[in-house]
Amino acid sequence: MSTALPDADDLRARVDEFLAAHDPATMEPLEFLRARYDAGLAWVHYPVGHGGLGAPRALQPAVDARFAAAKAPRNQPERNGIGLGMAAPTILAFGTEEQKRRFLRPLWTGEEVWCQLFSEPGAGSDLAALGTRAVRDGDRWIVNGQKVWTSMAHEARWAILVTRTDPDVPKHRGMTYFVCDMTAPGVEVRPLRQITGEAEFNEVFLTDVAIPDEHRLGEVGQGWQVSTTTLMNERVAIGGAATPRESGMIGVVAKLWRERPELRTAGLHDALLRAWVETEAARLTGERLRQQLTAGQPGPEGSAAKLAFAKLNQEVSGLELELLGEDGLRYDDWTMRRPTEVDFTRRSPGYRYLRAKGNSIEGGTSEILRNIIAERVLGLPGEIRVDKDVAWKDLPK
Amino acid sequence: MSDLLYSEIENDLRAGLRGLLDDKCPWGDVLAGTEREEPYDAKLWRAVAAELGCAGLPVPEEQGGAGATWRETAVTMEELGRAVAPVPFLGSAVLATAALMAAGERDLLTELAAGEKIAVLAVPFTTAPGVAMRDGAQAADGRLTGAITSVADGLAADVLLVPAQDGLYAVDAADARRTAVTSLDMTRRLCDIALADVPARQIAAGEAAARAVRTALLTGAALLASEQLGLAERCLETTVDHLKTRFQFGRPVGSYQGLKHRLADLWTSITQARAVARYAADCVAAGDPDTEIAVAVAQAHCSAVAVRAAEECVQMHGGIGFTWEHPAHLYLKRAKSISLAFGTPDRHRAALAALLDLPQA
Repeated sequence: MSTALPDADDLRARVDEFLAAHDPATMEPLEFLRARYDAGLAWVHYPVGHGGLGAPRALQPAVDARFAAAKAPRNQPERNGIGLGMAAPTILAFGTEEQKRRFLRPLWTGEEVWCQLFSEPGAGSDLAALGTRAVRDGDRWIVNGQKVWTSMAHEARWAILVTRTDPDVPKHRGMTYFVCDMTAPGVEVRPLRQITGEAEFNEVFLTDVAIPDEHRLGEVGQGWQVSTTTLMNERVAIGGAATPRESGMIGVVAKLWRERPELRTAGLHDALLRAWVETEAARLTGERLRQQLTAGQPGPEGSAAKLAFAKLNQEVSGLELELLGEDGLRYDDWTMRRPTEVDFTRRSPGYRYLRAKGNSIEGGTSEILRNIIAERVLGLPGEIRVDKDVAWKDLPK
Repeated sequence: MSDLLYSEIENDLRAGLRGLLDDKCPWGDVLAGTEREEPYDAKLWRAVAAELGCAGLPVPEEQGGAGATWRETAVTMEELGRAVAPVPFLGSAVLATAALMAAGERDLLTELAAGEKIAVLAVPFTTAPGVAMRDGAQAADGRLTGAITSVADGLAADVLLVPAQDGLYAVDAADARRTAVTSLDMTRRLCDIALADVPARQIAAGEAAARAVRTALLTGAALLASEQLGLAERCLETTVDHLKTRFQFGRPVGSYQGLKHRLADLWTSITQARAVARYAADCVAAGDPDTEIAVAVAQAHCSAVAVRAAEECVQMHGGIGFTWEHPAHLYLKRAKSISLAFGTPDRHRAALAALLDLPQA
């Protein structure tokens, strides 16, 4: 076998060879997924031995499409978005060989779902201000604190966790990053009921939770650099999927417009067409971004995609309620429930309107994204900082 | 899906053109030109059209062109938009060229491609593609009579392509009476045209003529989005540069969120403008069945982005941005004028309503 990087033809041959040896129709789904991982066909840009072949990332969609066409078992990425999109790239970048071996395979196959213990009641946009304390105790750490906005904590087996380990140095320098066992004693998950009535998120209380030092990711005090890797991957994951024209929220409203002529007014017509144009512009921008990535020319446009997506989802879902008139006053169900997956366009118009309000808060508020674009893309001067050289313990809280 | 990126050839073309425009078309010269008699910069036009060969980009090689496509022409429009270059490129190398190609005309096309002659489609600059034409002229026995107002680049033209009731005609510009219009955008001047029983040569008749005019307007509207993109990018760059060096209250004004966030939003809109403008240019180049939707989306989006970029450029420059001696007003006048050209964003949204089966109330 050649030692050169596999190209599209090699991958096609490998997938066909794999499918010939592993019948997707008869094999037990989990065994199939494990075998696919071991063959390096899970995420082809990952290293050999960790589910990949060190191939260009751009070749992954073709591999996925070939498995889908063969009706192969799925790893249900919609159930483990945080694991696949955020935990995995962070473990790959900062984990030891042993950590990669232990965590990546069951993460990819979907056997183990992950959540993210980052935000706290006192540390939202200013994540580096977080106060969950981890104190060293021999070869383990004892963790105490409270995390919030934790999606899927009620389903998760593992969490990526960032903590304060040195309160005596400025905030960015005193943090340490861990993998946390969500079944460990002292981990308590409470549903956090949202404005929609349901609890997609949770509060997580950590009381004397013991984490072995071998579950530390990166060096002690390096938690901010590790977290930054996680957050960069989060924003790529949120803005990126290919969509056909008139899908998502605008598709729902366009269909309503066509089917219910009695709802139409001149003002709403104008608003609908403006939203349609903006949605199409955002869709083409996403397509161009994907073409850039495929051509190996990644640009900063990804941060714009999430910003535009949040604004549009909010505008169009609000438009839908106005268009519905009387029906817009009715809500489907305020019952508290804990959904197992996230889909912004499911349920009722009222739900869509309310859920969209989270789009400009989750994964970096729109205000923080604008700061990032202004400072890192346009090169404008940073905010005046009063907290940069102050020990974390002396910051006003 | 269309290729929305820039090819290596397009990047080379851009680099060559930008170098030329930086050298021969600094904004101070453009500003001075707006107060001169000459309606356009003839020396610059020769350099762009003939020496660099930009006038003939989409024209086949056997007709004296470069054998490229409208995509490369769109890149040229981006660069000319950045520089608010006072040359009749849109009128001659886009509209007239598209009309002649669609009509199957060859001789005049060859002269336009070589940059030897300038022609324009004699319609008001606000004419939207797909709108029923008001014929500006009546034809009788190979002669035309009529009046057409607000024709862009008309003063620069050697030949006028005039739609009449039964076809599309070529008229020697010297036979027409052209009255210069004091234009909002003096870097692309308008004129009013009067034709009094002037000799005319029919280029296309009946439906073929209507098709040629429609194609020309659609191509013009598609490529104007690229000009709007180039202009918006230039406004953003100029503004960012200013905000980094202008200090008030002891800090650079670019450190205030009130300004930063607006520029972040503008940058986001410009990244979108690039995608939709590329898509429209690619559709026109490929004769894609999605062209009408692509062009309407591009004009509805890019017109507004260019105007916003120019308006923010004026506002964020503060006092200096309101003066004659600063280039911001050149961008603003161009941006606002071209948001009316080939139909306002609102007209393009109305066109989309019909194309997408989203009927009005």
